[in-house]
Amino acid sequence: MAQITLSNLRHSYHSNPESDADYALKKIDLTWEDGGAYALLGPSGCGKSTLLNIISGLLVPSEGKILFGDQDVTSLPPAKRNIAQVFQFPVIYDTMTVYDNLAFPLRNRGRDEDIVKQRVTAIAEMLEVTDMLNTRAANLSPDNKQKISMGRGLVRQDVNVVMFDEPLTVIDPHLKWKLRSKLKELHQRVKATMIYVTHDQTEALTFADKVVVLQDGEIVQMGTPVELFERPAHTFVGHFIGSPGMNVLPCNVKGGAAFFGGEQVRLEGPAKDVANGGAEVGIRPEFVSIASNGQGVEAVVRKVADVGRHKVVEAIAHDSRIHAILEGEAPSAGEAVKLQFKQSQTRLYKDGWLASSPEEAA
Amino acid sequence: MKTQNQRAWFFVLPVLLLVAFNALIPMMTVVNYSVQETFGDNLFFWEGLRWFQEVLQSERFHNALGRQFFFTFMILIIEIPLGIAIALSMPKKGPWVPVCLVLMALPMLIPWNVVGAMWNIFTLPDIGLLGYFLNHTLGISYDMTQDPVAAWVTIIVMDVWHWTSLVVLLSYAGLVSIPNAYYQAAEIDGASNWAVFRFIQLPKMKTVLTIAILLRFMDSFNIYTEPFVLTGGGPGNSTTLLSIDLVKIALGQFDLGPAAAMSLIYFAITLLTSWLFYTLMTKDDNKA
Repeated sequence: MAQITLSNLRHSYHSNPESDADYALKKIDLTWEDGGAYALLGPSGCGKSTLLNIISGLLVPSEGKILFGDQDVTSLPPAKRNIAQVFQFPVIYDTMTVYDNLAFPLRNRGRDEDIVKQRVTAIAEMLEVTDMLNTRAANLSPDNKQKISMGRGLVRQDVNVVMFDEPLTVIDPHLKWKLRSKLKELHQRVKATMIYVTHDQTEALTFADKVVVLQDGEIVQMGTPVELFERPAHTFVGHFIGSPGMNVLPCNVKGGAAFFGGEQVRLEGPAKDVANGGAEVGIRPEFVSIASNGQGVEAVVRKVADVGRHKVVEAIAHDSRIHAILEGEAPSAGEAVKLQFKQSQTRLYKDGWLASSPEEAA
Repeated sequence: MKTQNQRAWFFVLPVLLLVAFNALIPMMTVVNYSVQETFGDNLFFWEGLRWFQEVLQSERFHNALGRQFFFTFMILIIEIPLGIAIALSMPKKGPWVPVCLVLMALPMLIPWNVVGAMWNIFTLPDIGLLGYFLNHTLGISYDMTQDPVAAWVTIIVMDVWHWTSLVVLLSYAGLVSIPNAYYQAAEIDGASNWAVFRFIQLPKMKTVLTIAILLRFMDSFNIYTEPFVLTGGGPGNSTTLLSIDLVKIALGQFDLGPAAAMSLIYFAITLLTSWLFYTLMTKDDNKA
């Protein structure tokens, strides 16, 4: 087990990359602490799987280095890196029993049958597949097959990292939740570093202590789920995480104050030096409310969706769409309302990146 | 409420008729011959099971059947492993894939009697490319019209040349359908090349290999044209396979009764072996 460092990593599938657009990964500098539960979150095609395959050794990066502890493993093959990976579709060895499947990685490394038995029994118990050990793996249901795939990743005690590449894709929704909490529990028990790749924010936020958000081959933000939710470093993170995502409104900046459609929007704190143009105000729907004192941004309600626990109001103000999440009473469609933004949660973005900082820091 | 009627039979009728005319009725005429004796003029005499007894007890039949099994066994034991090996070494992607596939398919596109004629000329000791090379360049005495071993080697090599491609193409289809994740997982699990073959590739090829073996068994067991053109069953009777012998009895000697009985026995052996093999191969799949 070791800390994993990615330094100056770049990867291109072209043999002669010319511009930045040719790179699937644009420049990754990242450290994964030993024993952490990480999620790698991003839309399809953002480079998540590429990054994962580089860590596991299935791909050799075009540039940069990968260190496991102090050891440079950039050119080592997967078998030499001591890692485990669980794939999108369950990979099981059809002709073997569940027991032999779980024992396979250990036997390939020439471990004693005693140790094999002890480890397989322990893992089977954790995964609750003990009663299936002697059945043929080919006859299992998809979720049990995926459990066995995970088990093969966890059976070796000395792995540096276990990686999950969208492992719940083929699992039924009601079992997804079960397997996800199982994974979380497994992480607490085996204490190995785990990296979970997904495009599903719920999966990422429930599994990980730290989430890395990737877009177009670049890391946009790395932080705890709370940090990602409360202070998205980029409007992309704001959009991608949350349902509905963050409201991003075009604005003008004059003398450190932001104006949305001519009205001043009070920000969380002073904005960094922002020249005109490319500035946007970001506010989460959770922090938008209907003003009762008649002050705020004028808007017309277009739609109200009752999603059970709360209502999602969609309103139009100065040609921009604003979502608000309201508890209890909500206006009806067509009504004119005034919207208030919670000042401590109102942020300024410049060219997509966070440009304001909280008051107390200033 | 479920309505019940017999209308479905109407829709099956055309197929029944077709099968009746192209299979059942011709087969029944064979059954008819197999229990009677005829001297022409449409005169028939009832013989019961006499022809069957005669065929089953005849040494000639035993020998032809033995040769037939030997031939089929030899070509299977060569073509299946060879076909798998070639499929494994073929590229999985890139510009060479279509080239390999077309080259592989070529031998199968050649008509059977042409294959026989080709190999006949190819192996002629004085003018054939292979025959001349063996006799005059390497100094190995090779003449399949004189030497039974040479004749056997030639018909087996010819069949391997003609039909290994079928095994290759089927195995290849099985191989390329294996998702990449299996190979990646095996690599991470530290599996050796042999383990990858034994636990991933072979199990994934099982279905297509079952079909390949079944097809090659049936085709080689019923083979006629190629060995007939190549050796005519000789030298002597050394390469007289069952089908060649059958044609000799039926058309050469015009012994329709024994020939019909032999056909039915022949058919029964092919059917039984195929059924046994298929049942054994698919037995595991049905276990829940």
